[in-house]
Amino acid sequence: MQTPAPVEYAKASSIAEAISLLEQNGDESRVIAGGYSLLPMMKLRLARPDMLVDINGIAELSGIRIEGNEIVVGALTRHSEILSSAILFEHYPLFRQAEHVIADPIVRVRGTIGGSMCQADPAADLSAIGSALRGTAVIANSGGTRTVPMREFHTGPYDTVVAAGEILTEVRFPIRPGAGSAYEKVERRAGDWAVASAGVFVVVSGGIVTDAGIGLTAVGADHYCSPEGEAALIGKAPTEDNLAAAAKAASDSSNPYADQRGPVDYKRHLASELTLRALRRAVNASQGA
Amino acid sequence: MQVTITVNGVEYTRDVEPRMLLVHFIRDDLEMRGTHWGCDTSNCGACTLWVNGEPVKSCTMLAVMADGASVSTVESLAKGGQLDPIQKGFQECHGLQCGYCTPGMMMTGRWLVDQNPQITREEIREGISGNICRCTGYKNILDAIEYAAANPATSEVTA
Amino acid sequence: MTAVEEVPISAAGNPIGFGRMHRKEDVRFLRGEGNYVDDINLHGMLHSAILRSPYAHATINSIDTSAALALPGVHAVITGETLAGLGLAWMPTLSYDTQAVLATDKVRFQGQEVAFVIADSRYIAKDALELIDVDYTPLPVVADAKKALDADAPIIRDDKEGQTNNHIYDWEAGNKADTDAAFAAAEVVVTEDILYPRVHPSPMETCGSVAHMDPVTGKLILWTTTQAPHAHRTVYALVAGLPEHKIQVISPDIGGGFGNKVPIYPGYVCSIVGSIVTGKPVKWMEDRAENLMSTGFARDYHMKVSIASTKEGKIQAVKVDVLADHGAFNGVAQPTNYPAGFFHIFTGSYDYPAAYCSVKAVYTNKAPGGVAYACSFRITEAVYAIERIVDCLAAELKMDSAELRMKNLLRPEQFPYTSPTGWVYDSGEYEKTMRVALEIAGYDDLRREQAEKRAKGEYMGIGLSFFTEGVGAGPRKDMDILGLGMADGCELRVHPTGKAQVRLSVQTQGQGHETTFAQIISHELGLPPEDIEVIHGDTDNTPFGLGTYGSRSTPVSGGAAALVARKVRDKARLIAAAALECAPDDLEWELGRWFVKGDPERGKTIQELAFAAHGSLELPEGVEGHLDAQVVYNPPNLTYPYGCYICVVDVDPGTGQVKVRRFIAVDDCGTRINPMIVEGQVHGGLADGVGMALMELIAFDEDGNNLGGSFMDYLLPTSLECPDWELGETVTPSPHHPIGAKGVGESATVGSPAAVVNAVIDAISPFGVRHADMPLTPANVWRAIQGNPMRTDMAVE
Repeated sequence: MQTPAPVEYAKASSIAEAISLLEQNGDESRVIAGGYSLLPMMKLRLARPDMLVDINGIAELSGIRIEGNEIVVGALTRHSEILSSAILFEHYPLFRQAEHVIADPIVRVRGTIGGSMCQADPAADLSAIGSALRGTAVIANSGGTRTVPMREFHTGPYDTVVAAGEILTEVRFPIRPGAGSAYEKVERRAGDWAVASAGVFVVVSGGIVTDAGIGLTAVGADHYCSPEGEAALIGKAPTEDNLAAAAKAASDSSNPYADQRGPVDYKRHLASELTLRALRRAVNASQGA
Repeated sequence: MQVTITVNGVEYTRDVEPRMLLVHFIRDDLEMRGTHWGCDTSNCGACTLWVNGEPVKSCTMLAVMADGASVSTVESLAKGGQLDPIQKGFQECHGLQCGYCTPGMMMTGRWLVDQNPQITREEIREGISGNICRCTGYKNILDAIEYAAANPATSEVTA
Repeated sequence: MTAVEEVPISAAGNPIGFGRMHRKEDVRFLRGEGNYVDDINLHGMLHSAILRSPYAHATINSIDTSAALALPGVHAVITGETLAGLGLAWMPTLSYDTQAVLATDKVRFQGQEVAFVIADSRYIAKDALELIDVDYTPLPVVADAKKALDADAPIIRDDKEGQTNNHIYDWEAGNKADTDAAFAAAEVVVTEDILYPRVHPSPMETCGSVAHMDPVTGKLILWTTTQAPHAHRTVYALVAGLPEHKIQVISPDIGGGFGNKVPIYPGYVCSIVGSIVTGKPVKWMEDRAENLMSTGFARDYHMKVSIASTKEGKIQAVKVDVLADHGAFNGVAQPTNYPAGFFHIFTGSYDYPAAYCSVKAVYTNKAPGGVAYACSFRITEAVYAIERIVDCLAAELKMDSAELRMKNLLRPEQFPYTSPTGWVYDSGEYEKTMRVALEIAGYDDLRREQAEKRAKGEYMGIGLSFFTEGVGAGPRKDMDILGLGMADGCELRVHPTGKAQVRLSVQTQGQGHETTFAQIISHELGLPPEDIEVIHGDTDNTPFGLGTYGSRSTPVSGGAAALVARKVRDKARLIAAAALECAPDDLEWELGRWFVKGDPERGKTIQELAFAAHGSLELPEGVEGHLDAQVVYNPPNLTYPYGCYICVVDVDPGTGQVKVRRFIAVDDCGTRINPMIVEGQVHGGLADGVGMALMELIAFDEDGNNLGGSFMDYLLPTSLECPDWELGETVTPSPHHPIGAKGVGESATVGSPAAVVNAVIDAISPFGVRHADMPLTPANVWRAIQGNPMRTDMAVE
């Protein structure tokens, strides 16, 4: 089995200590949580940090709670906790639907939402949900904290706005009464990265879609979402034709590339098909709510 | 760096490089070779063991990250010479052939049943989807884990 | 022997003979006390790593190892130049070609071995790889087998004198004239281009070795992941010039073989050289990436398949033209006289007079291999071709695919049956087996359900596969590998206290030999299985044989085991006669004892006879002491297991996703030594079929980059992709095998891919789809529905 290059290591017991360790050890120091994104890259020697700051012991980074009008998910929250969270299931069932098809049950025990967001894999599922729900990332540094909309958090493949010496501490999602949500994913095999996924929410009120978020992953959508698809739907009745038009707009705004998971025409088709299926279910859920 | 890890109830203190993977620490430093490895990308699950009671793919954890933790490997399943119900299940139901995925598969299976003694077959099927087997086609493994759930150990056997 | 025989049960609860019993080998594996190659740790042992080429085709200008050698903890760095000095830079393959151990002039596939580092730990060895500086000049690449013989294709094997292109061989079988005539006269002809893409056996344990050349005794002990320890020993003797009696090859526990562990890999040779050079044991264990990129792959057959039939569906002829992609070195393991393996069994399970195949093999800039992954020497390719084209014919004729098969299956009275390409099938009652499968499946109900669903715009498919394979290679006059005849030995010793040890030449990698071979001896001698120890895997302690692959253990070594036990039983008779003071002819056998005919109280058990054989009893003239025997079994023919498989799938046309709902498998492997183990073998092979049909693939791009080099890309089926297999059986013994057994290890891998593919194509046939190539990923299924199926073996653009 492949082995990492030499690296230094320290365990942090608080956010402040983690930031301090990151700052002291320079640009090539990285936070490690579950390790299921970073360690494989290190074993392949594609990632070569000088120093790892282990944040697994920082309890304040963990947990899901409601604060006012927001759901707050600590960055260290494990996939398995997101999967089983009653709070998230009540407000946004797409989290549970997505978590069932993220990685595998063992990886989900330790893998974290923070790790997934910061890895910024172009096929990451939680990134699509973060953008769909118009969440907010909270980032801590030695000067305090700053917030960044999830739709601005990812700057490119494997790249985020989290700078050296900073750490993502939590992600916040607005609560939207009456929202319905759904996640649709196609993968070549259980646990595989998405060939394409769509994660959406809608609020249907008075027979009109008053709010919607369309998240997409693995199809090259800017910031994992499609404002074009959303614009095609908001203010309209959730008829099949309107949903299909929104799905098509979402697909048109995506930019997939061909790889072993699929060719461009197929991925584009999936962007539309999965958005449509997710919208149908989300609308039903919103109307039933 | 110095690490102290309790493995199967025994405390070990060793000096390791930070980059040493937990699976290599267990196998090479502690010479417990029941935990195996089968891939480079955290997919196969042959290296599954428990850290503080939760399953971990030990090829994807550094030994230093397990400092102060309690690790359980396949060698801890049998107690006082008696096979654990999960081991009995694998034997009864022909749940192993080459035996290479088996330790990881049993550690996952044991954990699944511990979490939910009323676990259903379909829940088991999903629960082991992070452990790959090339020999058995999985049906007998599902039978084996069902057997363990249906035939729990009847008495505490002190180690 | 078709009914289940009642066998007595031993004190430990095991059948004395054939039947279900727990495996004797389980306990060590369950306790985590298996002994695999990576578990071996010798005093002073060093570790190693191989530097591999990033290019598919490039000249090596220079290799600078100085920085690597300077790294603390590095003991040696071996290059092709070092090996050339020892005459070891090249080694023979199992196909009489040569393969580079470490590249000298150029590299010929991505992942090819370039340098071997020996260090104190695997971590340091890997660090050292990054310090080796290789200067390459990339060359044009042959990644597409279809372009390998283009006029402007670069010559890959310019190391071979007289090699002016990438052609390896042409081979043919059958009767071309008869076949052409049949096609010319046929009412219906269906032709399809059918690819069996490159896949990989991918056992859970990768390949590796620990080499220990003892500088004092001059003996080399090599622990290694090999399915054929004796054959490897002989090859090492020939290649390395080491005296064969000073080489001991030990296969400890093997974590799956599936044909991946038949070839000799450069890493093994380097570990031997490394041990010689350093004077210490050297371990080499490959990563998964190395396993997938450089070790024996399987298949890669581009087949043009044609079938000729009457309008009523009576098959008249089949022909296949094959382009075989062998990679950069011809490294297939198969009998010498059969360069395309047993592919010419493609005529399948059907009765028709004319058939012909031609196989053209080419070099490409890819890893060597081709025969592996339970292929039974290319029978996977053959069965896939015939079972796929039969379904295409059914679609053309608008005939039910079960009905078409039933119409053409060989009939019992035709056996032994000589096929148009010369195979002599030993026994079979095909229709009976097929009816059992149809019954278990509820076939008519499934077709009704399919019709109802289609009316609602839902797509389910039902796919059949009826396979015949020929296994148990083989008669030595006809079948050898590198000149070593494929006969296998077996030795049996019954100790004074009536316990036995049987030494096998074959090598288990999970098939349960420690149990099934004990059961064979038990069946013949009446000793309980718990009293019989099976010894295998160590060339110093077992008789010569060609190893385990091609499902040959039961047909060949199992035959040897039965015969050696009968030899012991016959000798025991003579000793019994002496002990009972009667003539041998006066004695009768019942399980475990010889007794006087008509006076059953007067008898001797095998245990008593064993003690007597070692004791002071006066033995008859010509009878030596002890109760041992030895046999070398030269099988008279292959054996022909067969089966009928039915797969049921549901397809989502909007996404192309396929769900395997059910899989029914009815196998006939003749006598079933341990039904529990037989079923386990079938289950595993069925999972292989799902994997290959739907997700497994080693594809390349035009630069020869291997796109299947990790488990993120080379996808293996998990529990979620596999249904609960539904098994049935029929038992039609092999008439020529000592216990009527045929072997079953590869049957399910051979028969299942066609069933899955046939099911998927059946599901989407309303969209006008006739064929699409494996793997039928969601993308490929969707594209097929659009009328534009993908070429799977080359990267999509």
